[in-house]
Amino acid sequence: MSHIALPSPDLAILQRRNDILKQLKKLVPGAILITDQEGRRTFETDALTAYRCLPLAVVLPQTTEEVSAILRFCQENHIKVVPRGAGTSLSGGALPLEDAIVLCLTRMNKVLAVDLVNRVARVEAGITNSSITDAVAADGYFYAPDPSSQIACTVGGNVATNSGGAHCLKYGVTTNNVLGVRIVLMSGEIVDIGGPSLDPAGYDFLALIVGSEGQLGIVTEVTVRLLKAAEGARPMLMGFESNEAAGSCVAGIIAAGIIPVALEFMDRPAIHVCEHFVAAGYPLDVEALLIVEVQGSEDEIDTLLEKIGEIAEDFNPTMMRRSGSAEESAKIWKGRKAAFGAIGQLSDYYCMDGVIPLSKLPKALDEIGWICRKYRFDVANIFHAGDGNLHPLILYNANDPLQLERVELCGAEILKLCVELGGCLTGEHGVGIEKRELMRVQFSDTDLSQQMRVKAAFDPDWLLNPGKVFPLEGIGLQ
Amino acid sequence: MRVGFHAPDTVEELAYLVAEAADTRTPLEVMGRGTKREVGRPVQYGAVLSTESLIGIPIYEPSELVLVALAGTPLAQIEQALAENDQELPFEPVDLGPVLGFGPGQATIGGVIATNLSGSRRILSGSARDHVLGVQAVNGRGETIRAGGRVMKNVTGYDLGRALAGSWGTLAVMTEIAIKVLPAQREVRTVLCFGLADQNGVEALCLALGTPFEVSGTVHMHAELAECFSDQEIANAGASVTAIRVENFPASARYRSSRLKQMLQAYAPALELDTLRSRIFWNEVRALKMFQKADRPLWRISTLPSTAPKLIHSLARKIDVRVLYDWSGGLIWLETPPISDAGAVEIRRNLAEIGGHATLIRAEASARAAIDVFQPLDRPVMALTASLKQAFDPVGILNPGRMYPGI
Repeated sequence: MSHIALPSPDLAILQRRNDILKQLKKLVPGAILITDQEGRRTFETDALTAYRCLPLAVVLPQTTEEVSAILRFCQENHIKVVPRGAGTSLSGGALPLEDAIVLCLTRMNKVLAVDLVNRVARVEAGITNSSITDAVAADGYFYAPDPSSQIACTVGGNVATNSGGAHCLKYGVTTNNVLGVRIVLMSGEIVDIGGPSLDPAGYDFLALIVGSEGQLGIVTEVTVRLLKAAEGARPMLMGFESNEAAGSCVAGIIAAGIIPVALEFMDRPAIHVCEHFVAAGYPLDVEALLIVEVQGSEDEIDTLLEKIGEIAEDFNPTMMRRSGSAEESAKIWKGRKAAFGAIGQLSDYYCMDGVIPLSKLPKALDEIGWICRKYRFDVANIFHAGDGNLHPLILYNANDPLQLERVELCGAEILKLCVELGGCLTGEHGVGIEKRELMRVQFSDTDLSQQMRVKAAFDPDWLLNPGKVFPLEGIGLQ
Repeated sequence: MRVGFHAPDTVEELAYLVAEAADTRTPLEVMGRGTKREVGRPVQYGAVLSTESLIGIPIYEPSELVLVALAGTPLAQIEQALAENDQELPFEPVDLGPVLGFGPGQATIGGVIATNLSGSRRILSGSARDHVLGVQAVNGRGETIRAGGRVMKNVTGYDLGRALAGSWGTLAVMTEIAIKVLPAQREVRTVLCFGLADQNGVEALCLALGTPFEVSGTVHMHAELAECFSDQEIANAGASVTAIRVENFPASARYRSSRLKQMLQAYAPALELDTLRSRIFWNEVRALKMFQKADRPLWRISTLPSTAPKLIHSLARKIDVRVLYDWSGGLIWLETPPISDAGAVEIRRNLAEIGGHATLIRAEASARAAIDVFQPLDRPVMALTASLKQAFDPVGILNPGRMYPGI
């Protein structure tokens, strides 16, 4: 275990475990209840695998009413609850607690209604992100947020962390694409927030719920906006001699009034690893690579790529190549999407998610390199360039506890740098347990107290996903 | 606390005044320049707290698509700064000033965000709230808080900034707002159909939104409203008007409008406006020009496009209504006769059946005192509303009672 502490368990709850499980079983006979050690082991961690903890039990309900009954029971008995979707959180958002029930929503995975006239769909929270698009793709529609984990992650988890993806520069993140939720409060109360129409009545609770990391309630249904897919899309590769040139080119494209649908950046180490892994056709003799994708009709795509090429000329690109076919486009994206996997083949890595103002890109990459050298780690940078969302992947050996501790310190220093440069700790992965103690770098105690008061307005006893998001010692002081 | 009008020119002073009001339990009327102060339940306040002296744009980075403005900065000033860099506010906020008895362009950015006023482009680009990246605000305890930031993507902590959008100054006084901006559209094209019945008009608009052409405006209105437009061809058409906008680089906008016309053939598109005429038309929609003259109650109704014509049809059998369908019918601006309840009973009865919610934007104080100005909420949502108010403004001094009694 590393230096991030979990709240100490409530011994009274641990002692009552058998009794609690018996009552739960009676309460929701239709739900799957996992109590044995082997079964619970499956749920002991999420995608931040350095941290593990066996929960009291795992429940997989199938209806909102079951969720309600479980939460009411837990509230009455003062039992903590950790909500979970597919467990792909990179920040430990779904990490169990020893004295908590894990409430896993993956059995609630149906599309409830598709309304193409009004361009909305209502789905259960445990459905995977890409299943939504699968359900409407035949009619030419899609659900816009596309996190890299989209074939596995659930839309409920997307709501919890306000997930983005490669295409959010144009289409926005989860909060811009969700219109309503059915949420169960810790009291068991079922509340419908928002709905299919575009504006909410009264306060915008949805703004608070999206990105609240499962701390305000458990979302069981989500109403999402559907968009019509573009006529076509095509990427272009551009290589540069320096990170600075690539960064300036991104700024130049945006300043020219062009918002590409995706604008991805990779540095030299990332390019090499990806190219060796999938042979995407990336140039190996460049310091920085941009993947720029635009959409529209064939003519529109040609015109836009032409224009982007002209802009890039000012920054001395060492190569530019427009994709000439659907196969080539697929290959280009395959390289980018396989980046994490490719690096994972080489080494364990610690994935950061800081955000910086775009103009600070060269400085940020320089300093990140320097910080990693100081801690004696290699780093590869992959980056949603249009919106300043950095993903430095720090390579380390997870089996070495000293390295784990060092890599966390290294990561923390990188995130502090992002905040100093005017950015933030996390762009799409969430705070979870990972960045909990760093919240004070970005926020004052007054800011955090206000957020915690909002948490308490929904969950006065702090039973839902406690020990996440906020610095441990501050909890309860608001 | 001194009764009267306070317009502090620093955040520190503003926070001090709020803390003082909290101590003395003085209810504050919170506003920018007050163009929308007549929206809401009429309430007796102890003093007025205005952000109109907090003016300035400390950060504007066109290549990062980010602008940070103090809350009292006039919208006109922000839009001018953006225009100088060929950028704009993507959510095209409706200018309520002229329909509420003020001049055009007087609203402040704080007021626009606090009321979540989004215009026709909301269907493509998102709402005012969607573009909030971060805020600084003073809560009801007089504490200055920050939430969000100035970067495009940010999930660090709860999204309090977006939650303040649409809270009408009842949770906190926003003092600074970071917003996402976008490049201005170079070419605008508007395809118009005339004489469509509501059902067909909304159908045509929904069809247009179901194309890949990034339609950024979809309105439909009866002939009597169309008369107000300065474009003579529209004003003199003597028929209902259904308008669809596309914006982009010139070649794209032209290509897209021509494809749209083909796809809308069943609805007989009769006219296409070029960029200049389009801009004039959509600016008049944005200023709700058709509702500026009459002194009748004005409602803003949020519903589903597919049910909007049915709602209006049903209402029109009971009361005399004048209607602008925006967002393909997802948003309805509705003028009702100056009857004592401004049509509230009929409107809300129909909405209860069909789905949606209504806010009374303009009415005599007597009407606003007698009926629910904001949509009544279900019991659990009302309970959450009270808890959230308590979390931000425990003593209840920020625009108390403006939205709901006791909130």
